[in-house]
Amino acid sequence: MPGRALPTAPAADAVPASCSAAVGRRTTAPVGTLRLVAAVAGKDLKVELRSREILYTMALFAAVIVVVFSFSFVKDQKALVAAVPGVAWAAVVFAGTIGLGRAFEREREGDTMRALLLSPAPRLAIFAGKTVAIALLVVAVEAVVLPLCLLFFNVDLGAAVLDLVLVLVLGAIGFAIVGTVFAAMLLRIQSRDVLLPVVLYPILVPMIMSGTKATAAILAANDADAWFWIKFLAAYDCVFTIVALWTFEALVIE
Amino acid sequence: MRRILIPLLAACAAAGLAGTLYLVFYVTKLEQNLFFNQKIFYWHVPNWFMLFSMVFLCGGASIGYLVKRDPKWDDVAHAAGELAVLFGAIGLVTGSIWGKAAWGHWWIWELRLTTSLILWLTMLGYALVRRFAGPGSEPLCAGLAIFGMVNVPLVYFAVKLADKLGQASAHPKAKVVAQLDASMKGTFWLSVLTFAAVCALLFLVRIDAIRDARRLRAVRERGLDAGILEP
Repeated sequence: MPGRALPTAPAADAVPASCSAAVGRRTTAPVGTLRLVAAVAGKDLKVELRSREILYTMALFAAVIVVVFSFSFVKDQKALVAAVPGVAWAAVVFAGTIGLGRAFEREREGDTMRALLLSPAPRLAIFAGKTVAIALLVVAVEAVVLPLCLLFFNVDLGAAVLDLVLVLVLGAIGFAIVGTVFAAMLLRIQSRDVLLPVVLYPILVPMIMSGTKATAAILAANDADAWFWIKFLAAYDCVFTIVALWTFEALVIE
Repeated sequence: MRRILIPLLAACAAAGLAGTLYLVFYVTKLEQNLFFNQKIFYWHVPNWFMLFSMVFLCGGASIGYLVKRDPKWDDVAHAAGELAVLFGAIGLVTGSIWGKAAWGHWWIWELRLTTSLILWLTMLGYALVRRFAGPGSEPLCAGLAIFGMVNVPLVYFAVKLADKLGQASAHPKAKVVAQLDASMKGTFWLSVLTFAAVCALLFLVRIDAIRDARRLRAVRERGLDAGILEP
């Protein structure tokens, strides 16, 4: 490493001067940070859309989970509607973990996470960009899980399906926030594949709990309870956004 | 200092454990409603006290480590995190025995039970990361402890609000301690002190081992860098 770093040191002196000036100008405005977030998220999504590897494997894995669970809860040739919230959220969280692990494994293979962290972009923008990309992937998986659940469990929701979409999107955001911090921290750690779910799921418990409660309330057409849990889910997202922004800088150090 | 402190704490803990067992079974009165079942309370509650103090010590030391980047804070968090797993395990087992006797079930999904189980699982994950993540995992462990600490109130309120919409809580409230008989109260607080001594003893011994292991690693790395040691 030192051998590679030394010869570029004089040149590196000149480059960041112009670079940081440009970025410094850009990042003073919130619009500049937003542009950086969009750039990081766009990069991740572009890489993903070229191979569609994570998208296909996540979606298929989530579909398999829904199918396996729906025939595990069959009674009189009909699947139990009471199992829908648990099945849907288990599928989303399990598939999400696969996608999360793979998305960061890709960064590790190319050693591109180091490049990202070395760039003059603020850590906050890198974190937010990665979170947005992961959240969009999870939303894409939910777009597979939701119709499958409604189909296999014979549920007809009508317009209430929009509430369910809102719940799932809030859940995807919460998952992406906590998941991004943990996956980024685990990047340099041995046995990261097995440790990620072990450390991630206990932290996700309030999200899974409020998500399943909200889903159950929507299925039971209980609007008051559903909105209560939607607000709880939004509060969960806010709390962990704050904690993640506080800690991401200190935790992800190369 | 430590040479005196550790044997002293060990003696206090041994005497305290023997003494509280005697007091629990021969001196304290039988509780009016729960009879003999209530005796486990003298061990169950102090263990949860120790778990929560160890969790907060672990979380506080983790914040300290992230701010100061001093490995001393990391050692404290490491030892406290492991002890939290131990006391949580004792608390869960004694709680289950009590639950079987009082409610007829080893486990129910109740507010305190769910919250403490999730907290214990978080600490178990923390201990696993400590054990298997290898060198360079200190910031990760600190982050995990902080996220776990922030998560506790969220889990608590989620379950509490879910319970509010469902059935009432069956677990005794914290205020039962204040309503205890004088002899029961004395035995209870003696038991708390005993477990505090056990906890402090284990903490001191464990933190010494952790610090020595860290220093040994540092010396070994220096030796390798200097070319004195064979890799």
